[in-house]
Amino acid sequence: MPAVKGAGWMLDKLMMSLQFPFVQYALIVGVLIALCSALLGVTLVLKRFSFIGDGLSHVAFGAMAIAAVLNLSNELLLVLPVTVVCAVLLLRTGKNTKIKGDAAIAMISVGALAIGYLIMNLFSTSTNLTGDVCSTLVGSVSILTLTPAEVWLCVILSIAVMVIFVLFYNKIFAVTFDESFAKATGTKTDAYNLLIAVIIAVIIVLAMNLVGSLLISALIIFPALSAMRVFKSFKAVTICSAVLSVICALTGLMISILAETPVGSTIVAADIVAFAVFWIAGSIMNRA
Amino acid sequence: MALLTCKNLKLGYETGVVIDDLSFTVNNGDYLCIVGENGSGKTTLMKTLLGLHSPISGSVATGDGLRHDQIGYLPQQTVVQRDFPATVWEIVLSGCQNRCGMRPFYNKEEKRLAMKNIVRMGLGELTKRCYRELSGGQQQRVLLARALCATQQLILLDEPVSGLDPKVTADMYSLIDDINKRDGITVIMISHDMNAAVEYASHILHIGDRIFFGTTAEYIRSGIGFAGGKGGGMDA
Ligand SMILES: Nc1ncnc2c1ncn2[C@@H]1O[C@H](COP(=O)(O)OP(=O)(O)O)[C@@H](O)[C@H]1O
Ligand SMILES: [Mg+2]
Repeated sequence: MPAVKGAGWMLDKLMMSLQFPFVQYALIVGVLIALCSALLGVTLVLKRFSFIGDGLSHVAFGAMAIAAVLNLSNELLLVLPVTVVCAVLLLRTGKNTKIKGDAAIAMISVGALAIGYLIMNLFSTSTNLTGDVCSTLVGSVSILTLTPAEVWLCVILSIAVMVIFVLFYNKIFAVTFDESFAKATGTKTDAYNLLIAVIIAVIIVLAMNLVGSLLISALIIFPALSAMRVFKSFKAVTICSAVLSVICALTGLMISILAETPVGSTIVAADIVAFAVFWIAGSIMNRA
Repeated sequence: MALLTCKNLKLGYETGVVIDDLSFTVNNGDYLCIVGENGSGKTTLMKTLLGLHSPISGSVATGDGLRHDQIGYLPQQTVVQRDFPATVWEIVLSGCQNRCGMRPFYNKEEKRLAMKNIVRMGLGELTKRCYRELSGGQQQRVLLARALCATQQLILLDEPVSGLDPKVTADMYSLIDDINKRDGITVIMISHDMNAAVEYASHILHIGDRIFFGTTAEYIRSGIGFAGGKGGGMDA
């Protein structure tokens, strides 16, 4: 029977791929990044911060371009600090009523994109410039090839993000639900907003490897929106969003191995399918 | 030293000055009612006292060792994000945040306090319910329970009874009176209900065209709130 044969072939191919360390690395990194971005995604969506994520991902692209031109051995060492600094700045301007927050973000993000491309075009020694730019924007065409050092950095940063999220969960909830109440009653909201901004920056830089800078927002927003369709407590939404994101990332990665599709877009496609399912489930539940 | 001392406050926004040259003090154990017409700047004043809004000029000084993490606050009904997923329990418990300091999780005592205030507000049945699915009056009571959790020395209430039915309103007033008289917590309340203000408050601050600050007895004698002959209420 062809269907069985097809399934067998798929399993074989998957098993064979999983033998390769670089595939294992990609899976580990993919799961961790998906988990982190979904955890923070809930807060980002609810705080109406998602636009900051979008702006930052473009900044990260610009920084990546500069790092590529400078031929840095580890690009993250430049990209991470630059993105963190921009996150802090964006958060500041977001609160400043005189400069329109969203306009400032649009300026920075489009500016970084243009300058980044310009720099790569002018100075890059690469023979495949379009390919480089494309993969920085929408993720690599095939499964990622990460060095063990990159994997370790990613693992350490992801774990740090998760630990911080758990330790500050209650404070993040308080600041997200009602910032003025939290501030009025003595919670250091500015410090926690700063913490959130820094974590977002870290996640974006990490996620850039996986899905590319244009698709990061999808990784952050989709699982949170899906979970919010169905669940009604902050905790349930956060947990569901994290689980869903991991499942989508794994599914996307597997499909991209089997069908040889681009990793980033495949993961995002999986997120979209999940969103559709949750949207329908939510509608049915609300009517019942 | 008074709990709060406001000197020559001038409050407003880019669009203009709302209150000019306001001075008053709040002492430990006082029950201050702020009255005045809609748009006279009561909410703006309360936000200034809480440090959420900066005055154009003048100063707000705290004394008696009052710290921000001992203050409870009930915001005027705001459209807290319509689609926010949070249960009654999660929201009320978040009122205990200022007791935690750097401690990451709530302890048993704080959870007990949250439960006590939920029951006190008659929300026992709704603990696991989603905030956004409650009625306006129920939401108001959730936010009050949260404010009670945060309160240790001072509570500020911005129109606490708006959206409540008469019975719950009466309960609310006796509850506020209770935490003032029995727990010794200082109360600053914005209200439209002149009768309740006169009945419960020890001091009254009237803002609007004329500013008045003094004890309730002085206020009644001055006749400011009752000008216009309606006697009963301002514009409630
Ligand atoms: N964020 C704001 N920006 C500009 N003007 C405001 C703002 N909030 C309130 N106002 C204005 O300040 C005045 C006082 O408002 P408010 O303090 O809410 O009055 P009250 O609580 O007594 O009804 C009103 O005229 C209102 O239009
Ligand atoms: Mg008001």
